[in-house]
Amino acid sequence: MYKILRKERLNDSVSLIEVEAPYIAKKAEPGQFIILRIDEEGERVPFTIADYDREKGTVTVIFQIVGMTTERMNELNEGDYLLDFVGPLGKASEFEGVKNVAVIGGGLGTAIAYPQAKKLNSMGVRVDMINGFRNKDIIIIEEECRAACTNLYTMTDDGSNGNKGFVTTKLEELIEGGEKYDLVIAIGPLVMMKAVCELTKKYGIKTIVSMNPVMIDGTGMCGGCRVTVGGETKFACVDGPDFDGHLVDFDLAIRRSKMFAEKERTARENHKCRMEGMNNA
Amino acid sequence: MPNMSQQKVPMPEQDPNVRNKNFEEVSYGYTEEMAVEEAQRCLNCKNKPCMGGCPVNVKIPEFIALIAEGKFEEAYLKISETSTLPAVCGRVCPQESQCEKYCVRGIKGEPVAIGRLERFAADWYMKNVKAEIKKPEQNGKKVAIIGAGPSGLTCAGDLAKLGYEVSVFEAFHTAGGVLMYGIPEFRLPKNIVQTEINKLKELGVEIHTDMVIGKVLSVDELLNEEGFDAAFIGTGAGLPSFMNIEGESLNGVYSANEFLTRINLMKSYRFPEYDTPIYMGKNVVVVGGGNVAMDAARSAKRMGAENVSIVYRRSEEEMPARREEIHHAKEEGIDFKVLCNPVRIIGTEDGWAEKVECVRMELGEPDESGRRRPSAVEGSEFTVDAEVVIIAIGQSPNPLIRNTTPDLETNKRGCIVAKNEAGETSKEGVWAGGDAVTGAATVILAMGAGKSAAQAIDEYLKSK
Repeated sequence: MYKILRKERLNDSVSLIEVEAPYIAKKAEPGQFIILRIDEEGERVPFTIADYDREKGTVTVIFQIVGMTTERMNELNEGDYLLDFVGPLGKASEFEGVKNVAVIGGGLGTAIAYPQAKKLNSMGVRVDMINGFRNKDIIIIEEECRAACTNLYTMTDDGSNGNKGFVTTKLEELIEGGEKYDLVIAIGPLVMMKAVCELTKKYGIKTIVSMNPVMIDGTGMCGGCRVTVGGETKFACVDGPDFDGHLVDFDLAIRRSKMFAEKERTARENHKCRMEGMNNA
Repeated sequence: MPNMSQQKVPMPEQDPNVRNKNFEEVSYGYTEEMAVEEAQRCLNCKNKPCMGGCPVNVKIPEFIALIAEGKFEEAYLKISETSTLPAVCGRVCPQESQCEKYCVRGIKGEPVAIGRLERFAADWYMKNVKAEIKKPEQNGKKVAIIGAGPSGLTCAGDLAKLGYEVSVFEAFHTAGGVLMYGIPEFRLPKNIVQTEINKLKELGVEIHTDMVIGKVLSVDELLNEEGFDAAFIGTGAGLPSFMNIEGESLNGVYSANEFLTRINLMKSYRFPEYDTPIYMGKNVVVVGGGNVAMDAARSAKRMGAENVSIVYRRSEEEMPARREEIHHAKEEGIDFKVLCNPVRIIGTEDGWAEKVECVRMELGEPDESGRRRPSAVEGSEFTVDAEVVIIAIGQSPNPLIRNTTPDLETNKRGCIVAKNEAGETSKEGVWAGGDAVTGAATVILAMGAGKSAAQAIDEYLKSK
């Protein structure tokens, strides 16, 4: 059992939990993920590690309520327990020898991009962070990000924070303005990562993306998380989750991400019915 | 006077057309009367050829004689002297190629139903005896077991009985390994596995789930920092092989591991009561001819698929699956397309599997495995409808341990190299066994390996 020590609501649909997991906290590195299961009936769901504290022995996960498990996670509070919490899984991000990096986060992906920026920043690397959100109301961890980079650019699709545009708009502007990035790290929705990769390919800048497909065990056993990279089948859980974005088949990944969509809707509706049934009882 | 019937006493089972719609156990097991009657078929041969076929040396004629006398509890205890998981072995061991293969009664007629009798004794004991397990006196030495599958659990049980402080590290949230995630409920009820595991816990074995060794702790850290005096690696063969044909990444294509894990371990057959979903189709093709392929096909049928086909590139004779499993699958309405090989999976425009294109095969000269080599018949392509395709062509060992244990020798197939029968590895104080060493094999061979390793670890630690 793994205790939730802290829970914070970051916006209407995004929450943070800090979980007591000393063994994992000791080993976790940016880019790695954990798999959790709420209770006996729960599914195993992967979440990228958003932060860790080796001294306190905690691992932080930031999640958006998009399905059954995240909805149930949001019903948990400080002091509650998760039945299972496994990790750190996947390979840690590698950024040997880089000097000037653009770290890009889209929506919830910002939470996953943050530890990468933080690590690079602590290594003395120059980091520009570009985060994108639909509007200003759902901007998360802006202050943390600001502290983890040289320049922070927060973009909104509707311009409600005064910076209208996609992350790609800002990235292109910076590159055109003369920034010489030796690496771009893009983490967010598949369509966003695809757009970033199309742009950076044009400029020939190496780009790392973080894939988060459906998986069960997270140790290479189910093969459900397979992604096609450079024409080869890779397992995101053991070969990734970081991959060379210029080689990832995003269209395939987008299709595969929909495999259980209908079932997930059923599960969520069923859960809502159960909760309402309990409230009415 | 022995019972001279040439046939085994039949074991009652659920009707095929009923059972292919539920996940309850196929066979009901012998009643006391049936067990006694079958036990009386044993001739109690002096040289005990059956025992030579058992990887864990169960004292077969002795336990059968006890059943014949109606001493069921004693029969169980006799089996337990050498076997850690009798209720499991009685169900999933390939007895036809082990103990029963050497049974003298098999020369003329059917061999004694050793497996069914073992199962009977184990089930009878579980149901009727509330045993108190005495924790052995501890000798103060600690052994780490990596992987809570058949080999690890056997090794753990044997070492605990000898007084070692045993900790088992399991990556999944439940101990049992393939017994939990792979073999379906209808062949091996999960409460039986858990009862056997609970007995180990009563012996003092500590099981730490959610611990991926190679990630959260390395083998070196277990030995150097966590204070273990020796380690046994029984991490199995968990990495699924794919065919590398066109269309394998379409939605609806699963590895058998994923399909079976969703159903068995995550209980998606009880979705939405359990949260884990599974995507099913009306038409299912399972590729492969082993027990895993049979399990996947029979599970698919139970999940409501109308047409389930097994596609296998050789003939039925070469299928590695147990005859009993093939027989059960056929009874349940699984269609066998043998001498067929999938060449690609055809999908819909939006990326869902729709059909499998196969080619007919013919058998030529025997290959290195001794089985006749299949080759494609030109121009014989045909398609089979399949919204779900399950690839069950084998598994290889997981690289997590070998990638993080530099001085552990492995071969080019990724298997850990064992220097001897006991599973001694290139690394001091570390033994390995089961599928992690042999590549995908059987539960009982893994148990045998766990047993030999336990003995060797005991000798090593005593001499240290």
